[in-house]
Amino acid sequence: MNTLGNMIERAGGVFLLPVAIAIIAFVLIGAPSSWLTLTVAGLAMGMMLFLMASGLSLVFGLMDVLNFGHSAFVSFGAFVAASVLAYFGGWLGSDSIVLNVMALVFAIAAAIVFGAALGWFFERVIVKPVYSDHLRQILITMGALIVAEQLILATWGGTPTNVPRPHFLEGTIIVGGSSLEVYRLFAFIVGAVVYAGLYLLLNKTRIGLLIRAGVENREMVEALGFKIDRLFIGVFMLGSALAAMGGAMWAGYETLITPALGAEMMVIVFIVVIIGGLGSIQGTLLGAIMVALMQNYVGFLAPKLALASNMLLMMAILLWRPYGLAPAVK
Amino acid sequence: MSLLSIKNMDVSIGQYSVLHGVTFDVPEGGVFVLLGRNGAGKTTTLRSIMGLWDRPAGSVTFRGEDISSLHTSDIARRGIAFVPENMGIFGGLTVAENMVLATASGKFDDTRLKRVYELFPALEQFWDKQAWSLSGGQKQMLAVARAIIEPRDLILIDEPTKGLAPSIISAMGEAFREISETTTILLVEQNFAFAKSLGRDMAVIDDGQVVHTGAMADFAADTALQDRLLSLSMEGA
Repeated sequence: MNTLGNMIERAGGVFLLPVAIAIIAFVLIGAPSSWLTLTVAGLAMGMMLFLMASGLSLVFGLMDVLNFGHSAFVSFGAFVAASVLAYFGGWLGSDSIVLNVMALVFAIAAAIVFGAALGWFFERVIVKPVYSDHLRQILITMGALIVAEQLILATWGGTPTNVPRPHFLEGTIIVGGSSLEVYRLFAFIVGAVVYAGLYLLLNKTRIGLLIRAGVENREMVEALGFKIDRLFIGVFMLGSALAAMGGAMWAGYETLITPALGAEMMVIVFIVVIIGGLGSIQGTLLGAIMVALMQNYVGFLAPKLALASNMLLMMAILLWRPYGLAPAVK
Repeated sequence: MSLLSIKNMDVSIGQYSVLHGVTFDVPEGGVFVLLGRNGAGKTTTLRSIMGLWDRPAGSVTFRGEDISSLHTSDIARRGIAFVPENMGIFGGLTVAENMVLATASGKFDDTRLKRVYELFPALEQFWDKQAWSLSGGQKQMLAVARAIIEPRDLILIDEPTKGLAPSIISAMGEAFREISETTTILLVEQNFAFAKSLGRDMAVIDDGQVVHTGAMADFAADTALQDRLLSLSMEGA
């Protein structure tokens, strides 16, 4: 038994769980083409959830801040990107892939810049006064989410906003009899690139080393001569920018968004962070992929259970590992 | 002039007043030991010097500069290192990463690194291991090594022998003796035998106030004073 446990640990440990879920789903679904479609959809959704949740996990882990307003950055990212894409509508419809890509890059860049700026404002004005007070953090950040929702309502209106997709990301490709949406493949690649970037940032740079150390013991980082406040604002802005980017990607995925997007995503983003473990980028990716795969597989196998599936998954994991699957060492 | 001078330091944590007018001077060189019973205020004193509580009343002067209002990171940059009671190592980081974080430039001075290896050979052996996997003694070695990898004027060390095996305590004592030849150490310690073997000067703190200061040799020779101030039988003395 012990040998089996060691073998599993050496092979990847908890990071094999998505593979296990996929294998079980393969058996239950039976049709390989449907399974492949659902798996790609789950991986793409997982990468977008990772973008939205990674910042929250770092902020939670490093700053000990319960930011219930995090999904406001997701909403703003989605709406800012939608507006930029609408502005460049002519480029999107063009057959020129260069114009397509440029419109998309502008939209995502605008969402990222807006998210980072909003994150700066949020941290300085809303979060900083309530450091070390979780109750007030919950109240004030939930309040901020409501205000953000109303601002979006006032700016973009209450009717669902259509999000145009670049021409080159429309349509599907057929692989082994499975129909795979191009946008989903694109979302997966973008998420993977961002994960790789974050991984390199956290593991190969001095700033990353400080962030990882700060997640474990903020006080000691200061006692070594570093100003953690500067790190806080940097991480908060990074997290907000990533959430806004996730929102922009999600907008393109859904193609129709409403001001309630942030509140809708809030629960699922928190589930991802809790399942993955606080302060860990690897854990967040694992949590996001598991949540998204479960939602897609259960939605296909037992649609009525789709909504409850993530709650059940979270309960099961917390009973097994109360600190999540791969939390940062504390 | 003293290296560190603390005058009338009052510290409150929440609604509790923990230190009341703490006053003592740490001369340059050697080991200065702060003794006292559990809960007397020793750890609070060290943390207050490092700026880890809200600004204390009174003054904390280091090399003639009042550092009581400085941020912890600025205090550290003045040349004061801190080894907390829980060692404060970053378990998810490797030994090498823990050490590199303690350097100002992100690069090691070869001479200092060689000295660290000589003092604590286990660290070289486990250089690329994650710090959580080290034993208690090795973690303590890492915590002290981090404090000496850069030139420092003063190292604050809080109960370094707590929970360690006698052989490790002995090795730690040797290391402290060598470190104190070039760097002043302010040591909080409950193991009186260990403190006595290292200390040149000392102070006793009780109920948040300094109740005795003097030479360690004099205090070690006066068992009646030890009993009165520490209410201990001086185990191992």
